[in-house]
Amino acid sequence: MTSITAPSSPELAPSVSPIEGLRQTATLAWRTLVQIRHNPWELSDFSIQPIMFVLLFTYVFGGAIAGATGKYLTFALPGIIVMNMLFVTMYVGTGLNTDLTKGVFDRLRSLPVARWAPLAGRITADLVKQAWSIALLLGVGTILGFRIGTSALALLGAVALLLAFALAFSWVSVLVGLLARDPEKVQLFGFTALFPITFVSNVFVRTETMPGWLQAFVDVNPVTILADATRGLMLGGRVAGPVIGSLLWAAVIVVVFAPLSVWAFKRRV
Amino acid sequence: MNHAIWTEGLVKRFGETTALAGVDLAVRTGTILGLLGPNGAGKTTAVRVLATLLRPDAGHATVGGYDVARDAHRVRQLIGLTGQYASVDETLTGAENLLLIGRLLGVPRREAKQRARELVAKFDLEQAADRAAKTYSGGMRRRLDLAASLVGRPRMLYLDEPTTGLDPRSRLELWDLVRSLVADGVTVLLTTQYLDEADKLADEIAVIDHGRVIATGTPDELKAKIGAQSLAVRPADEADLPTVVSVVGELAGVAPDVEGQLVTAPVVDPVLLPAVVRRLDDAGVLIAELALRSSSLNEVFLSLTGRPAEETSENEDSEGVPA
Repeated sequence: MTSITAPSSPELAPSVSPIEGLRQTATLAWRTLVQIRHNPWELSDFSIQPIMFVLLFTYVFGGAIAGATGKYLTFALPGIIVMNMLFVTMYVGTGLNTDLTKGVFDRLRSLPVARWAPLAGRITADLVKQAWSIALLLGVGTILGFRIGTSALALLGAVALLLAFALAFSWVSVLVGLLARDPEKVQLFGFTALFPITFVSNVFVRTETMPGWLQAFVDVNPVTILADATRGLMLGGRVAGPVIGSLLWAAVIVVVFAPLSVWAFKRRV
Repeated sequence: MNHAIWTEGLVKRFGETTALAGVDLAVRTGTILGLLGPNGAGKTTAVRVLATLLRPDAGHATVGGYDVARDAHRVRQLIGLTGQYASVDETLTGAENLLLIGRLLGVPRREAKQRARELVAKFDLEQAADRAAKTYSGGMRRRLDLAASLVGRPRMLYLDEPTTGLDPRSRLELWDLVRSLVADGVTVLLTTQYLDEADKLADEIAVIDHGRVIATGTPDELKAKIGAQSLAVRPADEADLPTVVSVVGELAGVAPDVEGQLVTAPVVDPVLLPAVVRRLDDAGVLIAELALRSSSLNEVFLSLTGRPAEETSENEDSEGVPA
């Protein structure tokens, strides 16, 4: 039988090179994505659920809100993509929390891997899920009659903006993942905080239809601004203002939540 | 100095709680040190410091000659960690878990797969290799945990209560695996709550209590000091109880423990049993039960500290689920 622990070479690296860190990040992203194969329910979470939203809102409320379902789909789909993007970022927090509570995180940290690789791996995997969800929603939308009114380049711009915002908003998810006692609590946060924030926006209805005091909130809600930017890039219309506004919001979120996450991380491990 | 693991005055506090209050340990290369103590004594904290997961508040620790705080990355290349708090990914299969670690260590894909197959075979997990780890039994989980910590061929292996919650057979199997690793030259730090586990596996034992090492020595030295076995005597006639207590007490040299009709005392000198039998026979006492059994951790603590092992659970809580 082969010896299970032949003496290792005594050459020990003093630190991890950035290239190695990126390779470890890719390996850890693979690990997060390969889980989907064993747990197909997760796939349905970020595939079937958003499609349900599109179908329900288009065919149940669409007629009442916009007068015609086709017209409503055009209005609502970019916003639904934004809303779904925010929900999908919660996987970063639930995954991180699961790793912490189950002890996987300790094992990873006891290995000679870059300290940032476990988190970067999660976020990379999340971006893959995000890209998949966006493509899926656009595909379903196209089948139902949604048409891009701008150019392929503008569409790519919209996807890039959504992914950039997802990257920034992941810090919120990371913080929740670090503070929550168990993964279920992270999901609970997703529902109790993200639902109101996404609904009190112009994702589903035009701001003008709401009471004045609510409009004030809706107008500054980053979900509204990002939905406007996505509409502009996909359908045409105002682009520069909402895009800049979205990027500013993304920057603010990073500036606030990244240090908080670092603090919560140090407190927890 | 040929110490694979060495600590001096290690201190770690969690808020108000002092988990380590100045721990000195020295583990010679290629040997097993058993860190023996009750829940909350600081065992896991010590392992987490040595695994670079926690920074000590004071003191030093070196692994393979490298400081765990200053040279953490080098230390991580030398160690393997298996414990309640360092676990595998339950949603991945056993083989995927081993592949993941191999890949993270920079092993090329083909070799990492080969290594995973090797370990799966060695740890008798072939049947379950392609099943999600959450479907594994307790014994299989521990074997996978141990296999995962060996992917990188570590020179030092930390086993944090590796057999807690295992059935006796799985326990013996795990002991055999640990012995075969040491035969290959690996240095092992084993934490346990079981005296017999430390006795059977360890070359040296350090008894830890309230974050302090209160006794060290080879199992034989410790047993000679504390009595690794205890003698239990039950008289057939209740009226003979005082005689039994006085005879056992006199010969054992300590006041025996009396529970109902059962009189127990630690055995330091092996002549105790025949001596007790002879004296009780001379006194005409009829014996209903007479037994030698392994001392429990409690009895070890009783003889070392004069009080039973306390489970100071608050330590382990604040370090365990790292809250």
